Amino acid sequence: MGLKGKDLLGLRETSADEIELILKTAEPMKEIIGREIKKVPTLRGRTVINLFYENSTRTRTSFELAGKYMGADTVSLNVATSSVQKGESLRDTGKTIEVMGADVIIIRHSAAGAPHFLAKCVKARVINAGDGFHEHPTQALLDLFTINEKKGRIGGLVVAILGDILHSRVARSNIWGLTKLGAEVRVVGPSTLMAPDIASLGVKVFHRVEDAVAGADVINVLRLQLERQQKGLFPTIREYARLFGLNPARVKLAKPDVLVLHPGPMNRGVEISPEVADSLHSVINEQVTNGVAVRMALLYLLMGGGSGDEVAH
Amino acid sequence: MRLLIKDGRVLDPGSDIDGVMDVLVENGVITGVGTVLPATNARVLDARGKVVCPGLIDMHVHLREPGQEAKETIATGTRAAAKGGFTAVAAMPNTSPVADNRAVIEAVRWKAAADGVVRVYPVGAMTKGSQGGELSEIGDLRAAGAVALSDDGKPVISAEVMRRVLEYSGMFDLPCICHCEDVTLSNDGLMHEGLHSTILGLKGIPRAAEEIMVARDIILAEMIGARVHIAHVSTAGSVQLVREAKRRGVAVTAEVTPHHFTLTDQAVYGYNTSTKVNPPLRSEADRAALWEGLADGTIDVIATDHAPHTLEEKDMEYAYAPFGMVGLETALTLVITELVGRGVLTLRKALEKLTVSPARILGLPEPKIEVGATADLTVINPEAFVTVNPLEFLSKGRNTPFSGYRGRGEAWATIVGGRIVVEQGHLVSLGSE
Repeated sequence: MGLKGKDLLGLRETSADEIELILKTAEPMKEIIGREIKKVPTLRGRTVINLFYENSTRTRTSFELAGKYMGADTVSLNVATSSVQKGESLRDTGKTIEVMGADVIIIRHSAAGAPHFLAKCVKARVINAGDGFHEHPTQALLDLFTINEKKGRIGGLVVAILGDILHSRVARSNIWGLTKLGAEVRVVGPSTLMAPDIASLGVKVFHRVEDAVAGADVINVLRLQLERQQKGLFPTIREYARLFGLNPARVKLAKPDVLVLHPGPMNRGVEISPEVADSLHSVINEQVTNGVAVRMALLYLLMGGGSGDEVAH
Repeated sequence: MRLLIKDGRVLDPGSDIDGVMDVLVENGVITGVGTVLPATNARVLDARGKVVCPGLIDMHVHLREPGQEAKETIATGTRAAAKGGFTAVAAMPNTSPVADNRAVIEAVRWKAAADGVVRVYPVGAMTKGSQGGELSEIGDLRAAGAVALSDDGKPVISAEVMRRVLEYSGMFDLPCICHCEDVTLSNDGLMHEGLHSTILGLKGIPRAAEEIMVARDIILAEMIGARVHIAHVSTAGSVQLVREAKRRGVAVTAEVTPHHFTLTDQAVYGYNTSTKVNPPLRSEADRAALWEGLADGTIDVIATDHAPHTLEEKDMEYAYAPFGMVGLETALTLVITELVGRGVLTLRKALEKLTVSPARILGLPEPKIEVGATADLTVINPEAFVTVNPLEFLSKGRNTPFSGYRGRGEAWATIVGGRIVVEQGHLVSLGSE
């Protein structure tokens, strides 16, 4: 079996079976990253284009390396200096890239739904690398991979997602993925940063970090966009850090072997204290490695690949 | 010229008339209503199985001319209206330049007389440039032919300014059509706030953004003794505010659009920009409340808020596309299918909200089917099967969420001042008189 759709736009539309296939396929990919010669010829002759309308270092680099390790040609479009600044529409930009021979277009965009729009405009496969507050499916996949690698399962785990839920595409994709694989999901953050009616997605809503992390197997800390303060959504960084920052005392309320995740880049001392970020609970650096593996798996599967074992051997 | 509309079900919501009859029209005026009228020298329209009613009036239309002719013109917008069964439309003032002065109102009227195929009643801006600051020359707008005032699309933020608009316009008996939106609360919102905005990651517009301003404008109208008309009501709370105000005797009226009584925010899945509209498509509970408001008379009028945009403006990311959808050519089908077909309204009640009610609010001649009345008539085929195909629209706008919608009922003929503009569902070529 493979992936059903042409594109990967979000985990809401991705089945539990497909998610598990991606996670399983990422295992041999991770082995490739550990090699001295980190390159396989599987996607040789394929072209992967990164189309990033928002700044990103880690996701763009991660996709770029994933493509290169798989043998594909990868190009990252620097949107700031391209025709986008001259007012070209997303449709025209997408078509232009496609007729240059792109097989996969990876798009990050500040507008929710932009990847869906692009996917309708082009025949190339489209991967959503984050769209507005909507979804960031590959981040959730790498989070799931990391949790599964450390805990041996997803089902039955208690996962607390902490921070700005309202504006977080990472939270949304994680909620879809985790609930599909049977985890108990808790979300916690200030009431001004809580997404309306989110409990209807089958998650428990908290406003006290202590309550949310009690007995948790995993705490996923979201990055706080500091400019939200200017918009009046919380009073000060100081108060946010005191009420919602993850510190060692709060980690102690969770299970003794709790994992701490963060999608990065971190605001140390704001949403996460340095002690926690650098503690043995933290798997933040491994998340980054796993991100490359998951994206290799995804590129491979979208290009029609099977289980992935034949790539590594 | 004599025209005999034969054997139709004549349904006049302004009177008790409802029965199979003939209507005779001579020189633009109804000269006979009754059974078996003589057809001597008359052009005969066989209206068997059809409903003959006073011409439909859409009191909320954006014709876009002058200034935005790529979206729509008076020529195309009035043709779309005629195809939809409307014999008259009220044209909103958010053109370029804004219709905040006599020159623009007169330009719209002249252009309508030259290019239009239905009646066009211009609406003037409440404030200069619709900026919400200084009053426009409301007296002169009235004298130039404006039938109402509105800052539609750019709600008046200042309660003080709104107070003065209501006070001043009262001298001229001009109704104020209020687009109720607290823009500090809807701020950058893209769709109804709720579970679906959370899932789609689009910033939500809470119901309160509308209801706060509905409440404000009702309170101001009550204080002053002015009358207000609430445009495109979309929430259960707004319906309740209007209902309570009417009970207190406040001179408030309200309209609802076909898209708000038909669709909910679930339509936004897939990010089709044709579903992006302001106020946004609301929840199922709101839609149910709109039906109740229609049924109990709280909502007086059905109006389309026809808002055409070009293909390229809508062919983009959801956040960047403009608000608005076309409605003239789908309204009647939606009224008959969604309201009459489901038993929310009788056909008579529905037609009242499309004819008599808007005419009363705007101070237009009473639409009726009787000897001596102007022959503005719509002949409806209530049984026609309709599949909406935007490529067949006469409007320049194709921005409808109803592409492929299947329903019943359409305009079969539209007659403006005795002149057949639409016959058998098709626009009659110009100069065929």
